[in-house]
Amino acid sequence: MATDTFDVIVIGAGHNGLVCSNYLSRAGLKVLVLEAAAQAGGACITRSFSEGFAVSACAHSVSQLHPDIVGDLGLESLGLQYAVKNLKTIALSEDGNHLSILGERVEGAQLSDSDRQAYGIFYNRTKRFAAVLANLAGKCPPRLVEGGLTEKLSLFKLGLDIRMLGKTEMREFMRIATINIFDVLEEQFENPLLKGAISFDAVLGAHMGPRSPNTVLAYIHRQMGSLFGFAGPALPQGGMGTVTQAIARAAVANKVDIRYNCPVKEITIDHGRAVGVVLQDGSTYSAAQIVSNADPGTTFKGLVGYPKLDSGFARRVENIRTKSDCAKLHLTLDGLPEFTGSSDAGQRMLIAPDAAYVERAFNHSKYGEYSSAPAMEILIPSVHDASLAPQGKHVMSIIVQYAPFMLRTGWDTQSKQAFTNIIVQRLARYAPNLPGLIIDSELLTPQDIEQEFRITGGHWHHCELALDQIAMMRPVYGATRYSTPIEGLYLCGAGCHPGGNVMGMAGKNSAAAIIKGRST
Amino acid sequence: MKKYDAIVIGAGHNGLTTAAYLAKSGLDVLVLEKNPYIGGATVTRELYPDWKYSNCSYVCSLLRPELSRDLELYKHGLQVIPYVGSTTFTRDGDYFGGYDDHARLYRELSRFSVRDANAYDRYSADVSKQTRLIRPFLLRTPADPTSFKPGDIGELLYLAKTVYSMSERQLHDTLRFWTMSIAEFLDEYFETDVIKAHLAGSGIIGTALGVNSPGTAYVLLHHYMGDVDGTVGAWGFARGGMGAVSDAIQSAFLAYGGTVRTDAEVSRVIVKNGKTTGVVLHNGDDLYADTIVSALDPKRTFLDIMDANDLPEDVVSKAQNFKIRGSSGKLNIALDGLPSFNGLAKNSRLMVGDMHFIDSLERMERAYDDWKNGSWSLDPYVDMLIPSQIDPTMAPEGKHMMSVFVQYAPPTLASGAWTDTDRESFGKTVIDQISQYSPDFKDLILHAEIRTPQDIERETGLTEGNIFMGELTFDQLFFNRPFPGYGQYRGPLGGMYMCSSGTHPGGGVMAAPGANAAREILRDLKRPNIVPSAYPDD
Repeated sequence: MATDTFDVIVIGAGHNGLVCSNYLSRAGLKVLVLEAAAQAGGACITRSFSEGFAVSACAHSVSQLHPDIVGDLGLESLGLQYAVKNLKTIALSEDGNHLSILGERVEGAQLSDSDRQAYGIFYNRTKRFAAVLANLAGKCPPRLVEGGLTEKLSLFKLGLDIRMLGKTEMREFMRIATINIFDVLEEQFENPLLKGAISFDAVLGAHMGPRSPNTVLAYIHRQMGSLFGFAGPALPQGGMGTVTQAIARAAVANKVDIRYNCPVKEITIDHGRAVGVVLQDGSTYSAAQIVSNADPGTTFKGLVGYPKLDSGFARRVENIRTKSDCAKLHLTLDGLPEFTGSSDAGQRMLIAPDAAYVERAFNHSKYGEYSSAPAMEILIPSVHDASLAPQGKHVMSIIVQYAPFMLRTGWDTQSKQAFTNIIVQRLARYAPNLPGLIIDSELLTPQDIEQEFRITGGHWHHCELALDQIAMMRPVYGATRYSTPIEGLYLCGAGCHPGGNVMGMAGKNSAAAIIKGRST
Repeated sequence: MKKYDAIVIGAGHNGLTTAAYLAKSGLDVLVLEKNPYIGGATVTRELYPDWKYSNCSYVCSLLRPELSRDLELYKHGLQVIPYVGSTTFTRDGDYFGGYDDHARLYRELSRFSVRDANAYDRYSADVSKQTRLIRPFLLRTPADPTSFKPGDIGELLYLAKTVYSMSERQLHDTLRFWTMSIAEFLDEYFETDVIKAHLAGSGIIGTALGVNSPGTAYVLLHHYMGDVDGTVGAWGFARGGMGAVSDAIQSAFLAYGGTVRTDAEVSRVIVKNGKTTGVVLHNGDDLYADTIVSALDPKRTFLDIMDANDLPEDVVSKAQNFKIRGSSGKLNIALDGLPSFNGLAKNSRLMVGDMHFIDSLERMERAYDDWKNGSWSLDPYVDMLIPSQIDPTMAPEGKHMMSVFVQYAPPTLASGAWTDTDRESFGKTVIDQISQYSPDFKDLILHAEIRTPQDIERETGLTEGNIFMGELTFDQLFFNRPFPGYGQYRGPLGGMYMCSSGTHPGGGVMAAPGANAAREILRDLKRPNIVPSAYPDD
């Protein structure tokens, strides 16, 4: 029987849960973190699936980790080192005439001068728009109409930020923020590879195709990374687990009590107030505040239970869009694959030859099928990081779109093998020697991701990043701004503003909201 | 040489509305129309003796009552007959009947799912809440959010007042509704495929989006915000076909002393010292006026009849990027008698309403995928009506006129422009689909007019045949319509105005863009405003 008393219990030691507990304990609170798995990290971990090899199991690169968090928690001195930073994005072409993108620079693939120029303009424009989001990402978003004076000022500041873009840019922002990337690309570019690469970045992790409205918003959201010091993705030395391990070390140094193998079964509610948790083994813990790093579905449906919630709120939670079409394929390789026309397999490579290709790949997922010609993001982290694979061997990590959560025929060994074959055949068009190098493979479908990382729907942002589910609307009315309809229960995961992508701001903002809540 | 006070280019319903208000205000107004007849896409044509084709727009609801009463259109011959009921046939031989009678509808919904029947009232209430929000804005000029002018700030305050009249919760619901897809919206209420398919149609009609595309819930709203005789969301037939609407507006315009010239296609707008001063016709005539109003869509206006050298650079690129995508086709079919439909009695009240032949959201979405691939939908969504059942003026006695609106058909095919063979195959696809649900339909066909987006463009001048003169997506709505910075009916040059469906509040036979444009013109001419405001408590 646990007898320790805590001020705050954080459910889940994902990166946001750990960031949140760090800030809480720095404010003098006694914090307990309960993690179901045997290690910290949630969906940001390094693990092995084949002997001698290790891989970043879910998230596989850092592109948005907020510098404030790195600085505040001193992560660099606690082991966070990058094997490589600012990877180029190589948009692969079957004929080897690839396109290479880094920051505002783009070259290759017989790119016309007008495209190169247009890309620079596009990059800098979306970066300016991202700055508006980034300002908002650093704080608890204001209520729209029912807020107090500070919130009204905060809204006013947001309006001002948009207005300060200048008349032309403000108009452009309001024009493109709600629409689809496909149309914007058609307006501005000619090169199909360039359009393919940008459209892929706009749909990454989402149940959206390039023609789906909201994709421009998703692209701008991703562009926030460029303001946080990532012109391209970075690979932590030792895989993504290094990031969360460092945050966990900071937490321990801050006297946070982290307990592993402690899956929470339910949140105890007493007279409408969250007062503690019950673990699956029956042990109980109590605290004045409970913070859930789990996604809203898991939190409200699983840990609280709909019967304890207002039916209108339960319905809203049930309607949160969490459809994910994103699968992950890990391959262990007997050597480095040779990509036609490229000597640098260490960069971030995309298979998205044009925007229509990505849209066609998306079509399947609408009907519960996996793409017959999928779009992919490929990393071979072992090129930069020898700790991940034995000498001379390599590990490849691939994000594959689209694979629906609910496959019409059901996900089983057979369908997973069939989809793996499709992916490998597609890869072989770009790296003909790849199939011969494969030692072992592991496919994580959204269902596998849901199971392993306990994320409803396997969605890596927990909830789709779309206009109706961002900022003060995220994740759902009644549970915005980190608080919930249950007094004393808070959220701190990617399902909160400003979303996922190993940024950490949801956890930081949540801690601020909790501390503020305690003082009033 | 005679100089007019104003010249309106295009005698569609919006052009005529602007002209009518300017003439009513006492101005000398000339309307120029390229075709030998007026109406644009709001037209009735007698392509065969005694057969009347509403060959583009085919039903009436959005026409603002404030305008039709103010212009006394009913005195000028307009009659709108409400129709009730709608049907979606299912592949298993059954159908879902959307009755107008509440109890009957509840029973019908329950036949498929009691849960859905119970959800329906909640659905209706939620949609009508959004409808009530938007209706007061239809007859207002959108504010320019980047401007600091008192008028714009006043208009922004009006918007803010509307927003602040809502609770946080209502506002969340509204923002969600405006940005979500019709499929997701319906999924939140209903579980039955055919019911969802039945209701989703209004979310895609006329737009190059699929039921799963965010933004389609707004398109549904656009089809729900009208009324017939005060019944919000109801639709009706204009007696004598949709041309009756344009004819009545023209009649009002003529009564106010205006002039219409048909067979008078404008080839160029004359610009002098940064001001529009007149137009040159194809036959070489030149005509002059201080005010030039274009009722053509933004692409036609800025890329066709104006010279790029006369325009600011941004307007040319904005017009080029304006999204106006053809997505709909139309069949008008003359029938030797009333066809029968699976399971429906010929005296069923559902016969009078619209019929649909696609029973799931998946089929609707696949129809859209075909469009994306540059083909017409092989299993198309159609909105089919037989107006001659309640409007005997449309067809000879005992015979019937059928109007079939088809979603989706691309403006050009993957293989290139539409050929006659393509048109025939497209028509056959649609006729075959209907005949699966109506055994005697094919034998009753006397003649059929098949219209691809290309045909609609050629005849009416709507670019790509887009019925709304521009997609109803957020980048092109409200103050962004047609382009950011030009949302107040004023063109980029002095004396130049826009009044087409390409301006706020958009397409459909609404006449609101025309009336709003007239109000702005009168304001600039410092004349009293005679354009009515929205009815209070609307």
